Amino acid sequence: MLQKLKALKANAIQELESIDIAKELESWRIRYLGKKSELTQILRSLASLPIEEKRAVGACANEVRAELEDNLRQKEQALQKAQLALSAQKESVDITLPGRSFPRGHLHPITQTLYEICDIFGSMGFRVMEGPEVEWDYYNFEALNIPEEHPARDVMSTSWIDYETDSGQRPMLLRTHTTSVTARTIETMSPPIRVVEPGRVYRYEASDATHTPMFHQIDGLVVDKGITMGDLKGTLYEFARRFFGEERKVRFRCDYFPFVEPGAEMAIECLNCGGEGCRLCGNSGWIEILGAGMTHPEVLRRGGIDPEVYTSFAFGMGIDRLPMLRHNIDDIRLFYGSDLRFLKQF
Amino acid sequence: MKIPLSWLQEYVDIALPSADLADRLTMAGTEVKGIQVIGDGWENIVIGQIVAINPHPNADRLRLATIDLGTEQHTVVCGAPNLNLGDRVAFAYVGAQLIDGHSGEVFRLKPAKIRGVVSKGMACSEKELGISDSHEGIMVLPAEAPIGTPLAEYLGDTILDADITPNRPDCLCILGIAREAAALTRQSLPLPEVKYEQAGPPIDQQVSVEIAAPDLCPRYCASLITGIKVTESPLWMQQRLLKCGMRPINNIVDITNYVMLEYGQPLHAFDYQKIKGGKIIVRRPASGETITTLDGEERRLSQDMLVIADKEGPVAIAGVMGGAASEVASETTSILLEAANFNPANIHYTGRVLGMPSEACMRFERGIHPELVMPAIERATQLIVQLAGGEAARGLVDVYPGKAEPEPITLTTDQVKRLLGVDFSLDQIVGALTSLGFDCQEGASEVRAIAPYWRSDIHVAVDLIEEVARIMGYDNIPTTMLSQPIPRQTPDPILSLKQGVRDSIAGYGFQEVLTYSLTSLEMLNKLLPESGSVEPLPLRVANPMTLEQEYLRPDLRANLLAALSANMRYEEDSIKLFELGKVYLPKEKDLPDEPEMMCGVASGSRWGRSWHGGDDAFDFYDAKGAVEGLLSQLNIEASFVEGKDQSLHPLRQAAIVAGSNQLGVVGELHPKVSLAFEIPEAVYLFEINLSALLPFTLGHRIFQPVSPFPTMVRDIALVVDVGVTHQQATDIIRGFPLVKQVAIFDVYSGGQVASGKKSLAYSITFQSSTHTLTDEEVNKVQQKILDELSRELGADLRA
Ligand SMILES: [Zn+2]
Repeated sequence: MLQKLKALKANAIQELESIDIAKELESWRIRYLGKKSELTQILRSLASLPIEEKRAVGACANEVRAELEDNLRQKEQALQKAQLALSAQKESVDITLPGRSFPRGHLHPITQTLYEICDIFGSMGFRVMEGPEVEWDYYNFEALNIPEEHPARDVMSTSWIDYETDSGQRPMLLRTHTTSVTARTIETMSPPIRVVEPGRVYRYEASDATHTPMFHQIDGLVVDKGITMGDLKGTLYEFARRFFGEERKVRFRCDYFPFVEPGAEMAIECLNCGGEGCRLCGNSGWIEILGAGMTHPEVLRRGGIDPEVYTSFAFGMGIDRLPMLRHNIDDIRLFYGSDLRFLKQF
Repeated sequence: MKIPLSWLQEYVDIALPSADLADRLTMAGTEVKGIQVIGDGWENIVIGQIVAINPHPNADRLRLATIDLGTEQHTVVCGAPNLNLGDRVAFAYVGAQLIDGHSGEVFRLKPAKIRGVVSKGMACSEKELGISDSHEGIMVLPAEAPIGTPLAEYLGDTILDADITPNRPDCLCILGIAREAAALTRQSLPLPEVKYEQAGPPIDQQVSVEIAAPDLCPRYCASLITGIKVTESPLWMQQRLLKCGMRPINNIVDITNYVMLEYGQPLHAFDYQKIKGGKIIVRRPASGETITTLDGEERRLSQDMLVIADKEGPVAIAGVMGGAASEVASETTSILLEAANFNPANIHYTGRVLGMPSEACMRFERGIHPELVMPAIERATQLIVQLAGGEAARGLVDVYPGKAEPEPITLTTDQVKRLLGVDFSLDQIVGALTSLGFDCQEGASEVRAIAPYWRSDIHVAVDLIEEVARIMGYDNIPTTMLSQPIPRQTPDPILSLKQGVRDSIAGYGFQEVLTYSLTSLEMLNKLLPESGSVEPLPLRVANPMTLEQEYLRPDLRANLLAALSANMRYEEDSIKLFELGKVYLPKEKDLPDEPEMMCGVASGSRWGRSWHGGDDAFDFYDAKGAVEGLLSQLNIEASFVEGKDQSLHPLRQAAIVAGSNQLGVVGELHPKVSLAFEIPEAVYLFEINLSALLPFTLGHRIFQPVSPFPTMVRDIALVVDVGVTHQQATDIIRGFPLVKQVAIFDVYSGGQVASGKKSLAYSITFQSSTHTLTDEEVNKVQQKILDELSRELGADLRA
């Protein structure tokens, strides 16, 4: 009997080893461990055996059963593992292949900069206003204390529109600064006023790495009771802090623009050299960012605002320079060249 | 404006390092852009004298110069044409740091063997020393230059280069900068004492002045110096002129320039002998009058200019340039010296029209004060007597029709605080103003200040406030945030529309570009498939910089297509671009309309070549899809109707219409237009007028309740004539009750479909908002739909 058990065990184990498909394990189990298996038969027949033999055979049979069950479990696990490995091979993806794209275009860096600036001023309560790009001499110059033959006209070489009045005047031009919108705002809005005015501006100038005949500016205007130059400084410093970062040093110095008095210019510490002086900043360590000042009482009066009641500040800033500084762009013409190899970088 | 510190120091004590002085001036409004140090690096350069000149044994163009340095002599090879025995020159030892005359690069002098002759050291040109760009010959020093002395000791200087703002003509001179520096460092400024002997007969017996145009000439002063000798001016004066960027000419002209640089008043010297009748008339030119100016050009004058004339005709264009006929020349012995004041706008006009900007012009047009005339003419007369010999006539001619008493301006401490936001005391205010030369009368809390005559830019109280602020320092103005309530704001809806459209179109994969608003007619004409010219003619710039930028764009397409074409050269196989911006539509006698437009173009393959496959080309429905996506996002009900845009393919275009307004177009570019822009592939384009679109975007969407009852979906396939459109079919289907949604899922022709016919397959969703639909109900509606389609469109139900 013991011999028989031994042979049975050897058979069963050998057969189990040759199995490599999970579902064959069940028939093996039925054959060797099932109710009708030889082993079960033996165990059932134990009762009819003499006591000594019963003990010996019983122990041996139980041992064989435990061993076979153990082997089955191991085999099951092994097959499961193999199965998993196999399906992993079939189902895995090459995660390094490029994904199917949802192509997205980029906004132009100037647009992005304008939105950022308008957001910063918007959060300080400024409203965005726009005005015409083809403008009357009056709003571009006269209303801003720049009468005809004023030397300030020389630094803003003007493109004039080919249109003459009956008296031979040429009153239409491409605005040279967005300050023309300020002149219109003063005339059309009543205080309190808090606006920024972005847009395209034009100069009669040849193109080079730092000049284009068209570029972008943003002007700002605040009119209210009790507006001071301290408020101007605070507003501009806050803008600089948010646009250029907390640690960037700022300078506020006296400068001249016909439509403000006192006038000022704000510069930031050179981003390239950190104030040491380099070619970018003309060795001064500073980069001029904007012109500003307290709106000239004559400009307010001309637009119908009483300077004895209200005070006002105004500022104007070139836009193109800002992404140039930020992204280290050395040629302004790239902005208007429509080259995707450039634009897609932003 | 160039400011040599050696000159500035004659007026004001400069204890600060030059960089600090530059910083103080800059902060207070006089921006110092550069600091040039002359003599920086002149370690091994000394003054020598040429004591022998010998020919070079092997080269005709070279000579051997022996230079005496006091304790030693050196013989060097020299190619300069201006070698003269006895001249004092700058001698550089081997090891000296110089600037290469040709390349401009810095180098260290090494011993050299030039054509077989060893040369240790050299005589330097101004360029080699970094003084100027002159490299025609070696620099010749004054005869009194001490031999053996280091050049840096003798010629070294620091020159500030300052940008003077147009409101401060008083700073266009050494004295003006000295006043600023004195005020900023709280020093007083001693003025040069001007005294000269007036030994000649009284001037009024020899010179008379008449101002016939007092509106253009508030003041005219003249002095007369006889018996002078025109020669070179002394080297100290030449040096100063050079450092300030002016070329020395002769002693008389140099003196007028020198005094202009020192005092800021332009002067003009006439040869007295050439002024007919000794009479000066300041008048407007007669019709057709001309003058030959100092530069030899004949100038035609207009009647709104101003001339200085004698009895016979113009001798100078006032304030702009002198005439050749009365020019001071070597044989001149008597000088009629003019110091006058002219109307700034008139000078600006004349200089601009004649294209003659000059140093004098620049000062007059910015408005120097008539009071400046007197100290300047006295100073110049003194220098002429001193440096050119001669006798000054007794007295001066002074015609001053424009004399005005200076008006005091009252400024209160409250006004200062109101504008600056900082409480400066009356003492501080008065102190600042006084330091700048203002005559101040103090009250309890206000000051009555009279501006010094040189400050022609001070008119009202805010002008005084700026003076106080810049002398106290802008750094002392506090930094405060706006504390007023935020004003009520009504934002312009076009702004958010523009931003939304930009974001959407970029979201569809279009790259934003910004192109110039100015373009050429040639470019715009490319949009016309047949030859011709755009109509109406766009707005033209009267003074275009280039022909490529002459006309204001009436559409965005031309520039955008040019951009597309240019990018195709870089082998992008899928390009989608858009621009959003204004176009300019001319109006009669008024500013143009400037509607906001958005235009997009797509060309190439839809996704680009990819391992995912599907690199099929863009077609009409890509462009239309972008437009539909945008319209749906903006909640605009628009339809697409037959378009008539001549730049688009006549059979593949649609106009986008809402109500009775055309909002834009979408279509394939006309093949001839593609060709004109050198685009080899089909281009799909859409263009939307955002200003026209705007009214349709206002208002809010109204919520549609969602029906709780189930939907039923039926598919039908119709066979219709090819001319029948999808729109016609859906319009009919949608007209029936219970139809919730109609979707087309197949368009097919050929195969089993007879020629001249096509098959359209629709999926129709039925739903009721009141009950659950039964099959019979839906069958009934479906049959009615089919009947109607058959009746109206001749549609057959396809099996
Ligand atoms: Zn720098």
